[in-house]
Amino acid sequence: MTDGNAPWDVAIVGGGNAALCAAIEAAEAGARVILLEAAPEHMRGGNSRHTRNFRCMHHGPLSVLTDTYAEDEYYDDLLRVTGGKTDPELARLAIRESEAALPWMERHGVRFQPSLSGTLSLGRTNAFFLGGGKALVNAYYATATDLGVTIRYNAKVAHVHVESGAFRWLELESGERITARAVVLASGGFQADIDWLARAWGPAARNFLIRGTPWNRGEVLRDMLDQGAESVGDPTQCHAVAIDGRAPKFDGGIVTRLDCVPFSVVVNRDGARFHDEGEDVWPKRYAIWGRLVAAQPDQVAFAVIDAKARGLFMPTVFPPESADTLEELAGKLGLDPAQLAATVDAYNAACRPGAFHPTELDGLATEGLEPPKTNWARPIDTPPFHGYTLRPGVTFTYLGLRVSARAQVQSGHGPLSNVWAAGEIMAGSILGQGYLAGFGMTIGTVFGRIAGQEAAAHAL
Amino acid sequence: MPYDTTPAASATDEARRQLEICNACRYCEGYCDVFPALTRLTEMEPGAISHLASLCHNCRGCYYACQYSPPHEFALNLPAALAEVRQQDWEDYAWPQPVARLFHRSGLALAAALVAGFAALFAAIAALRPESGEGFYATLSHNAMVAIFAPAFVLPLVAVAISLRAWWRAIGGGRVALADITRAARAAGRGRNLDGGQGQGCNFERGDRFSNARRHAHLATLWGFLMCFAATSVATLMHYGLNWPAPYGFWTPPKLLGVPGGILLCLGTGALMALKLRADPALGAARVWGGEMGFVALLFFVSASGLALYAATGTAAVPALLAIHLGAVLAFFLLIPYSKMVHGFYRFAALMADRRAP
Repeated sequence: MTDGNAPWDVAIVGGGNAALCAAIEAAEAGARVILLEAAPEHMRGGNSRHTRNFRCMHHGPLSVLTDTYAEDEYYDDLLRVTGGKTDPELARLAIRESEAALPWMERHGVRFQPSLSGTLSLGRTNAFFLGGGKALVNAYYATATDLGVTIRYNAKVAHVHVESGAFRWLELESGERITARAVVLASGGFQADIDWLARAWGPAARNFLIRGTPWNRGEVLRDMLDQGAESVGDPTQCHAVAIDGRAPKFDGGIVTRLDCVPFSVVVNRDGARFHDEGEDVWPKRYAIWGRLVAAQPDQVAFAVIDAKARGLFMPTVFPPESADTLEELAGKLGLDPAQLAATVDAYNAACRPGAFHPTELDGLATEGLEPPKTNWARPIDTPPFHGYTLRPGVTFTYLGLRVSARAQVQSGHGPLSNVWAAGEIMAGSILGQGYLAGFGMTIGTVFGRIAGQEAAAHAL
Repeated sequence: MPYDTTPAASATDEARRQLEICNACRYCEGYCDVFPALTRLTEMEPGAISHLASLCHNCRGCYYACQYSPPHEFALNLPAALAEVRQQDWEDYAWPQPVARLFHRSGLALAAALVAGFAALFAAIAALRPESGEGFYATLSHNAMVAIFAPAFVLPLVAVAISLRAWWRAIGGGRVALADITRAARAAGRGRNLDGGQGQGCNFERGDRFSNARRHAHLATLWGFLMCFAATSVATLMHYGLNWPAPYGFWTPPKLLGVPGGILLCLGTGALMALKLRADPALGAARVWGGEMGFVALLFFVSASGLALYAATGTAAVPALLAIHLGAVLAFFLLIPYSKMVHGFYRFAALMADRRAP
């Protein structure tokens, strides 16, 4: 069974959520399945290992989810973040199928827990994984193994051989050839390939941090596009948020996020403010700051708070730089002390008296300041002062493969007869812009399952 | 600025480093009482870290779920980090200090203590052989047993009480209410912190797969131990209160508690040893693996020799088996404050102090 040269029914390229859902579905349909994970075992699971929840439509309480989250509300939420850049047919399919997907996930080993502390706003819409995405990945690997799926780690696919509109075999980086009747491509985006990112976005991308796995390098995506597969999504864009500038280059995950911006003054390398820190509430604000910081010199910014703001936001993984004066803090952050003090003084002078409400848009705005701070604008005047370094952290890229509603990969000459795709590699169809918390896992689960079923049906 | 990967100065500092990362993540909130207690902390003082460390039951769910476990540069291994803090507390708070460490670290020292216990009992039997008596009192009189075991039982408990009082102050335990005791008893009696939060159990002997084997083995050990303890207590009451001394028949409270209790303790400790051999030592306090294993083996020996003694009733093997069993019990009692046995007291106290737990 473990002979890599045996003709497999279904080969799965990738080892994250979508790949595993496809493998499980195909194996349950009776197919002989091989799953090829590029990463070593301890790094298996792609970006899924960093995820934490699943956005799920439901009518009435479902598992850990409260109340109701209906299709239209879900779809409206998607339209809001994508600005309409979505494929309505695929999007509604993902949304509708999510309701049945959650019990399927539970049957296949996934455990959910009530909304985490600090995330109560998601208790109705998002089901959190007990232990997070890596626990989900572990559960699926155990289920797939029990179903007889052959799992290969360190098995990076270098080439998907397509001939006359059909897939024939896979070539691994090692030179090994894997032949199968059908293939599911679920190997993610290209955000970990910094050179590609720099070509797409510009040289500034070299200063970006990658929040997820270093293994999503887009080889399979590139290979398929080179062979005439149709693409979706803006090839130049990636989803980036502002994260702690001290985060690791790769794989920092959830803990590197910084929620302090609304209670801070944010300056760039030159000590100047550049955007309204009080513009909006989470999660929109969270998403825009990656882009804002990316546009600053050296792709870096600094959020400065005072003692009053400690404890108003989620704890940070790294302690802030702290000092009793702004000048001293500037020195620790590598900023010009006089410039930082002048910027904060000007901001403080523009603050007006009023009631401060950290959990809502309180309208406490500056006057006569450019750019203004339109909410939560309290003077930064109570030592000790604290400073965090911000850098853009890339979550995922938008470029992907175009698929049908049955997850089949499309070429200029029609669908490829035995090639399906699921997860980040095709998510650009649905998420053309922005991000909706927990929706990546929805796309991966729904289309992973469809791809696995379709591939097995084709092979058997 | 890259992440500071220099090793932490102490077990407490290392646990604090890891807990700060956990507190910024919170994915593991549903596994056990540690994470909800962590999110309620405002400052990570050493006392608070000690409290979390003793709340942790080493179920290892968080380790296998962790996106930052080694070789990630954050190198999170919270089960091991908290085990080290617990171990350090048991040793640092132990009283008197000169015997605080040896038996935790060395299974060999435990074995030596056991042999010393045998020798003491054989010597006592040889020196104090009674002129008359029934059952095992024909070998060693009731008064001689009381003379040996009353201090051997009370003094270790005094030592534990002295240690625990200092530790309770360090964690800011506060006044104990009846509700604290009942809540802790419920959690301990059901092994709630060993059930993975949803009844799926620990990630112990099967890697990232869950299993309730450790929870069941631990509960068998706990309840078996408590039943044996209750059997002895009931027998003491019967002896002094009802003037009804041993030997007791099978259908009497001491035997009805003691025999099933001994069997449970035997099965539980046997299973715990088997599971420990299959679990990854790097997810616990690896330096005390031998001492921990030695302690479980001692408890197994106490229960197995007790059952053997009962089975040998009326035979010529009783004097030797009595010496061996009572010698093991003596070693066990005397080592309570200085061996893994002390974890029960700290854990129960930690559960009492966790006032927001269900």
